[in-house]
Amino acid sequence: MDPFLIIELIKGKFPGEVTGQGSFASQSWAVLGKGRVADICRYLKEDPDIKMDYLIDVTAVDYMPRAPRFEVVYQLHSIKHGHRLRLKVPVEEKDATIQSVTSVWRTANWHERETYDMFGIEFTGHPELRRILMPDDWEGFPLRKDYPIEGPKWTFEPWPEG
Amino acid sequence: MGPQHPSTHGVLRLVLELDGERVMSCKPYIGYLHRGSEKLAEVKSYQQIVPLTDRFDYLSCGNNNLAYAIAVEKLMGIEVPERADYLRTIVAELSRISSHLLWLATHAADIGAVTVLLYTLRERELILDLFELLTGARLTVSYVNIGGVRRDAPKEFFDRCDEFIKILPAKIDDYNTLIMENRIWLGRTKGIGVIPYDEAIDWGLTGGSLRGSGVDYDLRKAIPYAAYDRVEFDVPLGTHGDVYDRYIIRVEEMRQSIRIIKQCLKDMPDGPYKADIPAVTLPPKDRVMADIETLVHQFVLVSKGFEVQKGEVYVGCEVPKGELGFYIVSDGGTSPLRMKVRSPSFVNLQCLPRMVYGRMLADIVSCIGSIDIVLGEVDR
Repeated sequence: MDPFLIIELIKGKFPGEVTGQGSFASQSWAVLGKGRVADICRYLKEDPDIKMDYLIDVTAVDYMPRAPRFEVVYQLHSIKHGHRLRLKVPVEEKDATIQSVTSVWRTANWHERETYDMFGIEFTGHPELRRILMPDDWEGFPLRKDYPIEGPKWTFEPWPEG
Repeated sequence: MGPQHPSTHGVLRLVLELDGERVMSCKPYIGYLHRGSEKLAEVKSYQQIVPLTDRFDYLSCGNNNLAYAIAVEKLMGIEVPERADYLRTIVAELSRISSHLLWLATHAADIGAVTVLLYTLRERELILDLFELLTGARLTVSYVNIGGVRRDAPKEFFDRCDEFIKILPAKIDDYNTLIMENRIWLGRTKGIGVIPYDEAIDWGLTGGSLRGSGVDYDLRKAIPYAAYDRVEFDVPLGTHGDVYDRYIIRVEEMRQSIRIIKQCLKDMPDGPYKADIPAVTLPPKDRVMADIETLVHQFVLVSKGFEVQKGEVYVGCEVPKGELGFYIVSDGGTSPLRMKVRSPSFVNLQCLPRMVYGRMLADIVSCIGSIDIVLGEVDR
């Protein structure tokens, strides 16, 4: 099915939630509002003609200094029909929360944990939102643009005094 | 089950709650091998990221480079010549065989069949020798780059590759005689770590783990890339979704890889080995030392890199572990704005607690081996 047709179906079922769409290199995406992400994803998974039963990836992009700063990106695929779609949800820096889709696809669990770990975006409704790649007590969110590439400034003392 | 353990295939920490021998809960802790590749990619030029991609799944570097190169080429709209496609496919399939050989070696050794390790690594040495002949490096080859491949393959490479694929099928039969119908092997792998069809898709499994549950999803067939639409091969599927099925599938995938390489060697076209786009691909090396313009051209491309138009693309490729995807967002500069690596081992490992719940401690080792993880890819 043509991805733009899927976007039209989303617009029909959830009026007002699709705030934009685009395509590049024959891959298409829909820009959604934050409000009903989980419902839209459930619809995309369960509708038999769309059947996006496979969540490939959940990630985020930091567009600093643009506002809204982050964009959470979902890559979806349908094993039965073979079509792919990307969903992008802009997220403000001040209110960096979004609904979790772990209730729709179980695989979203670790993806969302990694996005939280790297960007600080909180996923409401996630069963166990804690850091996954960085140590549990790490401060700061590494993949944000204002996080230094060399890492935090710390002084390492191999032979501490006293 | 701490980060230092011979059977965890790397630095993986599992916090287990046991009731006697039964596993009541299993929590994986990863991140011990996290090197910040995605952050590094934001400061390196597109060509400089190719060696970074080698280090994700360090057992099958040809495939990682290929996935990245195809993503950037789709972003830029570059077409590579046919010879490059076939060379890339050969290197990708050799990497696949090498990865599966090592997978079999470690999986069998973890379960107890140590002899298999000695046999398979012998054949893997032949593949590493082939890589050394072709690229100069045994493991992290960085052979596929954006626009084509790095060097043309000498005639000796094709001859030796031909010899190698002639001897390999008999060797695979050898490995099978060791374990395929062995009572202990069957007892340790049949019915263990079962994932049914729907759950496999829901958990986001890919690769051998997914096809073991009967889902026919192989990116080489679903969204063909390189020369995969011009060769014939089968995709083995399992039925029960247990550890034994995943083992059978990967052994059969090795045979299919041999088939693909044979066809590629036979159909290898002549022609250039990289696209001739002066803004992107390096000039021929013999000209670089001969005239100043070519030297400047080489210098600018290597030091500054090339600029990529604004856009974003997600491309997934079938590496031995599953679907390796690159989501690259470009804002018009010489480095990506964001490069997300969707690594199959990271997603497949999520399924481990589900597989081992209620089973014995020894089954964890079988399950980790059957998911086929490489911690370099899990942590990036």
